[in-house]
Amino acid sequence: MSSVAVIVEYGLREAVRRKVFAVVLLLTALFLVLFWLANHFVFGDLKDITPPEGVNVDTRTFAGAFLTGLAMFATMFLGVVLAVFLTLGAVSGDAERGLLQPLVVRPIGRSTLLLSRFLGASGVCVAYVLVVYFAALGITRATGHWSPSRIVWPGLELAFGVVIVIALSLLGSTVLSATANGIAIFMLFGAGLVAGLLGTIGHALNSQSIKHASTIASWLLPFEAMYQDALRMMTESTSGLTGFLLQLGPFGGAYVHGWPIRVWAVVYLAGVLALAVFAFSRRNL
Amino acid sequence: MTPGYPHAVPPALAVRNLAKRFGSVEALKGVDLEVGEGELVGLLGPNGAGKSTLVKIAVGLVRQSAGTAEVAGARAGSLRARASLGYLAELFRFPGWYTADEVLDLHQRLAGSRGGAAERKRLLELVALDEAADRRVDGMSKGMQQRLGVAQALVGEPRVLLLDEPTSALDPVGRRTVRLLLEDLRGRGVAVLLNSHLLSEIELVCDRVAILLGGEVVAAGTPSELSRPKGVRIETDEGAHVVGGATREDAPRLVAEAVAAGRQVYGVHVLTSTLEDVYLEAVGGETD
Repeated sequence: MSSVAVIVEYGLREAVRRKVFAVVLLLTALFLVLFWLANHFVFGDLKDITPPEGVNVDTRTFAGAFLTGLAMFATMFLGVVLAVFLTLGAVSGDAERGLLQPLVVRPIGRSTLLLSRFLGASGVCVAYVLVVYFAALGITRATGHWSPSRIVWPGLELAFGVVIVIALSLLGSTVLSATANGIAIFMLFGAGLVAGLLGTIGHALNSQSIKHASTIASWLLPFEAMYQDALRMMTESTSGLTGFLLQLGPFGGAYVHGWPIRVWAVVYLAGVLALAVFAFSRRNL
Repeated sequence: MTPGYPHAVPPALAVRNLAKRFGSVEALKGVDLEVGEGELVGLLGPNGAGKSTLVKIAVGLVRQSAGTAEVAGARAGSLRARASLGYLAELFRFPGWYTADEVLDLHQRLAGSRGGAAERKRLLELVALDEAADRRVDGMSKGMQQRLGVAQALVGEPRVLLLDEPTSALDPVGRRTVRLLLEDLRGRGVAVLLNSHLLSEIELVCDRVAILLGGEVVAAGTPSELSRPKGVRIETDEGAHVVGGATREDAPRLVAEAVAAGRQVYGVHVLTSTLEDVYLEAVGGETD
């Protein structure tokens, strides 16, 4: 247990030194200020927006859900940036720089070393995602007097999505150089987001093939499914035309959701971590 | 008696028929080597001979393709083996934002050493870095970092020490510090495998030497076993001359003959090949 704490501390000190936290905190502050401005102006202008006669849209719910969806995307993105920069060079990068070898020869076990890096990065990223998520909800509530249907669970799913990205990044670091791994993870993340958007479009157009492709992507990249499911829960009690319009938008929510995908996400995480530990144990340094 | 070993205690380091293949390259081709307790063994060979690969297998950084490697009787790479060894890599780096004291503290915690601040102070003194305990690594010269690396390898009082080019960045004073340290460790029963290009250093401190070439041991033994007679040099009033092929046993006779011939003898030197001669002969003049 003490070795775990030592490696967690080592990883965090490295992140502090490399100014990862400084960059992410700066970006986060910028995002939260912009998000507050967006809420301020959007909700300020709501009173002047009148839907056409006969169109029964709850403009406050629509604006609140849309802005919160935007905040969730930004939170996920910033969380992934933090996750990738904390882990992209955990194995190959540190080995190339000669930092890893003195640690690996100590009697701690490679699996302990890798899982400690995972725990350290996960702890930081989960805390970060939850803080930013609740800060964004707080801004929307304070400026627009609107709150989503469910508050805690979507935040947890969002954080869990980032934890999956951490595991993928650690797995990538066992075989790819730091730069190649960073690029690969960001492309994977982008591919997941595009697949989610395609799913929304597929449902709007009622295209079976697009819906099918999006469903496969959600199962292959469950961090995307977690994000989509979190979005879905934000507005699950919103019905009628407002709910329908929200489903058509970019933050419309998941079509693959519920406990099957959540259980699969946990199994997927365990599998990726096991694969990362196996790859690291076979790796010549 | 431990099965498989002729000694009561297994050798500090034992590799048998060790082979390693990287793709189409055979880095090691069945190497046998033992380092006993309190023994200092030097590993020599040109670049690419397989020296670092052998050391990396012994510390568990690289997996062998065939053969066995054991540290203090435990499989190389196992937790028990790693708990017994100290290692300094040829190419290593410590986090630049750590101080020398923090580097040692990190390794103490990972090695499970209970030496605390006293051990850190002692180790820094051993490598003449006691004045730099609070200096950050990125503010240290290459030589200071290498001495810190040696101190790091000694954390937890390892039974076996594997040093890969430990003095490559050191000045003559630093090299002497490390040499004296190695002699002290040998006196305390620590087994040392020293991988170095510096033949004079190996010759000065090592009990035995193994020369690797192309992944194979091409010569091994004590420095005196490896050296060969190169003649006897006699200094007389007529000048100095070398009697080629003569050995130490021939020296009294040669002196008596010179005196009988009316020469004044000022000095007699038995000439043997140096480790450098042995090395160059063993590697066939192969250079890096």
